[in-house]
Amino acid sequence: MGKKDVIGLTVPLSGYLTVALILFCIGLYGALTKKNTILILICVELMLNAVNLNFVAFSKYGINPNIDGQIFTLFTMAVAAAEVAVGIAILIAFYKNRKTIQIQQMNSLKEK
Amino acid sequence: MRSIQKEGDYDKMLTFSWLIPLLPLLSFIILILFQKRLAKSAYLIGSGLTFISFVMSVFVLTEFLQTDQTSFKTNIPWYSIGDFNLNVGYEINALNALMLVIVSLVSLLIQVYSKSYMGEDVRIHTYYAYLGLFTFSMLGLVISPNLLQLYIFWELVGLGSFLLIGYYYRKESAKQAAKKAFLMTRIGDIGFLLGMILLFWQTGSFELADIFAKISSPGISSEILTASAILIFIGAVGKSAQFPLHTWLPDAMEGPTPVSALIHAATMVAAGVYLMAALYPLITLSETTLTLITIIGITTAFLAATMAMAQTDIKRVLAYSTVSQLGFMMLALGTFSYVAAIFHLLTHAFFKALLFLAAGSVIHGTGTQNINEMGNLKTLMPKTRIVFLIGTMAISGVPLLSGFFSKDEILMSVYGNGNHILFWVAIFTSFLTAMYMFRLYFKVFGGKFQGTSEQNVFESPNTMLIPMYVLAFLAIVIGYVNTHWFGTFLGDWLLAGQTFHEVSTKGLDWVLYFGAGASLLGILFAYLLYSKNLGGDHPFETNFPPIYSTFHHGYYIDSLYHWTFIKGTDLLGKPLQLIDRYIIEGIIEVIQWITTRGSKYLAKLHNGQTQFYAFFVVIGLVILLTLSLWTGGYF
Repeated sequence: MGKKDVIGLTVPLSGYLTVALILFCIGLYGALTKKNTILILICVELMLNAVNLNFVAFSKYGINPNIDGQIFTLFTMAVAAAEVAVGIAILIAFYKNRKTIQIQQMNSLKEK
Repeated sequence: MRSIQKEGDYDKMLTFSWLIPLLPLLSFIILILFQKRLAKSAYLIGSGLTFISFVMSVFVLTEFLQTDQTSFKTNIPWYSIGDFNLNVGYEINALNALMLVIVSLVSLLIQVYSKSYMGEDVRIHTYYAYLGLFTFSMLGLVISPNLLQLYIFWELVGLGSFLLIGYYYRKESAKQAAKKAFLMTRIGDIGFLLGMILLFWQTGSFELADIFAKISSPGISSEILTASAILIFIGAVGKSAQFPLHTWLPDAMEGPTPVSALIHAATMVAAGVYLMAALYPLITLSETTLTLITIIGITTAFLAATMAMAQTDIKRVLAYSTVSQLGFMMLALGTFSYVAAIFHLLTHAFFKALLFLAAGSVIHGTGTQNINEMGNLKTLMPKTRIVFLIGTMAISGVPLLSGFFSKDEILMSVYGNGNHILFWVAIFTSFLTAMYMFRLYFKVFGGKFQGTSEQNVFESPNTMLIPMYVLAFLAIVIGYVNTHWFGTFLGDWLLAGQTFHEVSTKGLDWVLYFGAGASLLGILFAYLLYSKNLGGDHPFETNFPPIYSTFHHGYYIDSLYHWTFIKGTDLLGKPLQLIDRYIIEGIIEVIQWITTRGSKYLAKLHNGQTQFYAFFVVIGLVILLTLSLWTGGYF
């Protein structure tokens, strides 16, 4: 057998974008509704990764494909890692103070 | 400070005459800035600067007498809009030079007198400051070359009067009197302002010289000239306390007596007469205005004289007498006797100031203002008695004193102008004047002492007596500047260069004798009734109680004003006040309620839950995305 043209088997741009969108929405939903702060951090990571997917997809299939999208993805991954580190540090400090990591207990900005 | 006058520099002092009003202003500023720290030297600063002003005024007068010019004027452009130029400046003419001397001299004497009269008053610095402000305003008024500047000083004079009448501000009656004086003169000021605007509209300028030039050419309708003259006269009616705006002057006696002498005898009330005189070329163009001035003048003179007959407060008698004499001046102005009016202003300034200062001396010495509690002061206060007697004789028109010459000049002019009926009314008013003044004299200085304790009555110190001696001397001799027997110097000097008609008083010498007769008759009546006590203790009061009561209460004009204007305004004000309180403030309250309630509910949005806030962020994002979808990306 020779090579067959596999038509329709390349994933179009919209596919990647849709996946990224679904991931983003799941992450957003989680960030807004979960009570456990660590889970919220995880969901935020999810949103960031969805964005990374977007960048890479546009880097290959966008209007002006170039390597810039992938470079920027490296940046966002680094930032996400740093941010999680800081977030966990704050969370640990908070836990030492309040003995809880429920997001509802973090309400000292509440109007008295 | 005083330059040596050489032959050639005759206008040297004239060019500095603008300093004359500024020196008292300086005393005002200094005393206001340093207040209590200068309390001990307030007298020196006030009278010192006024003394310099006075000396300069005398030099200005003498220099002016030596020149041939009828007017010396300097104008500085102040403000221009397009074609219209507003100037500020000063003018020295015969009338102004005379007024400068009168005002500064009387002010100086009052300030010297006040040192002892006001004694150890804690607010003495304020007193001298206000006197300085007033003197500045009055001096500035008389040298103004244009109507706008005159109006500015006119209002300032009113302010000075208000401040000084209300000097004893803790006294309710003083506060009311000050307010009344200011409001009533303000009513007149509206007329003045309207007349001024009318003149400006027709002639395009506020400058007196320009106005006079334009009105003598036939461009302007006589109705407008009459209207503006009458409106400006209304201003004079307010300021000079003529009927019907005269009721503030008797109440103004709440102020300290030296203030009454300065403001309400010699200067401020003369400002109305001065205004009429300064605008005489305009006034004489209108028959109607002259008739109005004459009628109001004689009415005021007569009514005030009758009211003075029934007063028991020494200052109120003098206040009504001032109103009456001002009526005489207006009468003169209305009958083409410019000279007689100014002459009477001059003599009145001196003898009325003298009378007020002497009254102050009496009040100072006896502690009361009620003439029924005085008596026999001729032995208890002999020096005051002499000066008071001189003043009384002067105002009554006793022959050879100044008042005789000036008042009879008016009488001659009234007759010479043809108003024979008014002449007889004026003669009768002269008779009344002599009578009530000598009633005052006999009740205060004659008879037996009616007060509580004779030992407490004391003569006044020299700082009070010397100004009175000066004024007494002037009250005797100043008349000789304008007499038919010795030369009409003042008249000729004032009329030089004037184009308006002046009534001739030739061949009317018999009026002099008649006037003298009326005065002496009045003195005789007063002597019989109040010295010899032929009619009992209170002849007028006991025999004609309703008439006495009417005169005493000023024909109830005050009550009339109270029940019409004041109550009327009150009635108008009450519903408006209700609207203000309930409707307008009600609206404000509703807004306030909405805001407070709204904020209480909105505050519940701040619950401290991060996810709650993030939710709104997402909603905002959704809205933005939707919008950009609908508008294709641009909005």
